Amino acid sequence: MRDIITLAHLTLVEARRRRIVFAGAACALAFLVVFSIAVVFAHREMLADRVSFVERQGTLTAITLVGFMAANFLSVIFAILLPIDTLSGEIDSGVVQTLATKPIDRAQIVLGKWAGHLILALGYVLLLSAGILLTIRVVGGLTVAGAPRALPLLMLEITLSLTVAVAGGARFSTVTNAIAAVGFYGVSFIGGFVEQIGGFSGITSMRTIGIIVSLISPADSMWRLAAHYMEPEILRSTGALAFGASVPSPLMVWWAAGFTLLTLLYSIAAFRRRAL
Amino acid sequence: MIIETQGLRKQFGSTVAVADLSLQVAEGEIFGFLGPNGAGKTTSIKMLLALVEPTSGAGRVLGAPLGDRAARTRIGFLPEHFRFHESLTATELLRFHGRLYGLRGASLDARIDRLLARVDLIDAADRPLRGYSKGMLQRVGLAQALLNEPRLVFLDEPTSGLDPLGRLLVRSIIDELRTDGVTVFLNSHLLGEVELTCDRAVFVKRGRVIEELRLSAPRQLLDLEIRFGQPLPDAEVLNGLSRFGTDVTRRSADVVTLRIQSEEGIPAIIAWLVERGLQMYAVQPRRKSLEDVFLDVMGDDERPG
Repeated sequence: MRDIITLAHLTLVEARRRRIVFAGAACALAFLVVFSIAVVFAHREMLADRVSFVERQGTLTAITLVGFMAANFLSVIFAILLPIDTLSGEIDSGVVQTLATKPIDRAQIVLGKWAGHLILALGYVLLLSAGILLTIRVVGGLTVAGAPRALPLLMLEITLSLTVAVAGGARFSTVTNAIAAVGFYGVSFIGGFVEQIGGFSGITSMRTIGIIVSLISPADSMWRLAAHYMEPEILRSTGALAFGASVPSPLMVWWAAGFTLLTLLYSIAAFRRRAL
Repeated sequence: MIIETQGLRKQFGSTVAVADLSLQVAEGEIFGFLGPNGAGKTTSIKMLLALVEPTSGAGRVLGAPLGDRAARTRIGFLPEHFRFHESLTATELLRFHGRLYGLRGASLDARIDRLLARVDLIDAADRPLRGYSKGMLQRVGLAQALLNEPRLVFLDEPTSGLDPLGRLLVRSIIDELRTDGVTVFLNSHLLGEVELTCDRAVFVKRGRVIEELRLSAPRQLLDLEIRFGQPLPDAEVLNGLSRFGTDVTRRSADVVTLRIQSEEGIPAIIAWLVERGLQMYAVQPRRKSLEDVFLDVMGDDERPG
């Protein structure tokens, strides 16, 4: 365990020195500034137009969900790109040779790097989420009741996406891994859309295809379930918002967690077999 | 034996990188591992360090099977092109590697200071590696390889990128390791360096050890070149010379060479030739350099890598 912490610490130091932390924080801040400006102006205009309280809350909820959708997308991309060369790049450069000849198991190298990057990626999604929730609370007085249930799902989605990128690095070159990891998320994203459209239009086959795709690549289903939890009860029951058309089963959470664990185990096995 | 391998083989697809590596290295030995590019030297080292899994064969390092974790606490390794995270300083890099060896606290710090002084990097200790020259990187890599006070050190082209002063430094460190009884497995293209530092060397060709040479004992074989005046030596003289040495060859009408065991044999050869009324203008013994041996051993079929 001590070696995993040492390697995770090195990953964090390296991320800070390479200004990855700075770039991530700056982008998150920029996003939150834009989001806050949009919320402030929307709320001010609604007040000026004497929009009813219920209508205002509905609009603010929609804005919050759109904000979360964007934040989720940015976080997934961050989680995929962050560790994309952590194994493949260090294998190519030979850096990993001096690590792997130390008295540690190769699994510890994978887990240390995975843990270090995970701390950063989770920090990123939590920073964005906290910013959105705080803005909407301060400006519009809206509390997103489902947030405590939704945030762990977003964190699981980020963990899954990051783990896929780490696993790819144990097997492929950096560029191949980037293409594969982004493509893997893209499939999940499209599957989610297909499922939603199927839900809206009542076309069962589309919904089934979407669900099958979600089983293959479950990342986006975590977002859709999180969004569903963040919808107000009244909208959730009517399915009025886009995320209520086809809600992933809670069992999907277990599958996503299992999928993440299996992927992590695969990355350890692949890295152990890999000629360095 | 510190290292012992039998029939180690590594195949990548249909390409055989190492065909059949069987060797033994004794404790405290400075061991040279020589061969042309593509001979499988680096792959062999990687198999011994468990960076690459052998396709077949077996081996033991420090008495344990290849890759044994406990054995790795007493092994140091300097890769051919030492690279590490460039944002770290030399001190941070060594502290990080020290922790992976289970070292902590003041004893680790003291060891880091001592090693940085030994590789002449004290002044640059707190500068990021990205500003280091190739030679400085190689030296910090060497310090990293010695951090755990190893019993066995693998040095893969340790002087690659070093200037003459840097090479001298490496040589003196290897001498110190010899004094401390540390075994050094040295892979180098610089045959002169191997000749100066190693006790024994093996030559590897296409993944097989094809020759072994003891370098610590004074080397026996000498090439003796004799230039004759008139009368020129005839076939009978050439036959007669063969009892003093081997490979008797007429290089030109008046020059004959032969390989002899030692310089002590030269007066007898001269006396024998004078007895036969032959005149000699020059008798020149030439010890075969490691480079000559290397070229002889590798044969004419080897092309530059």
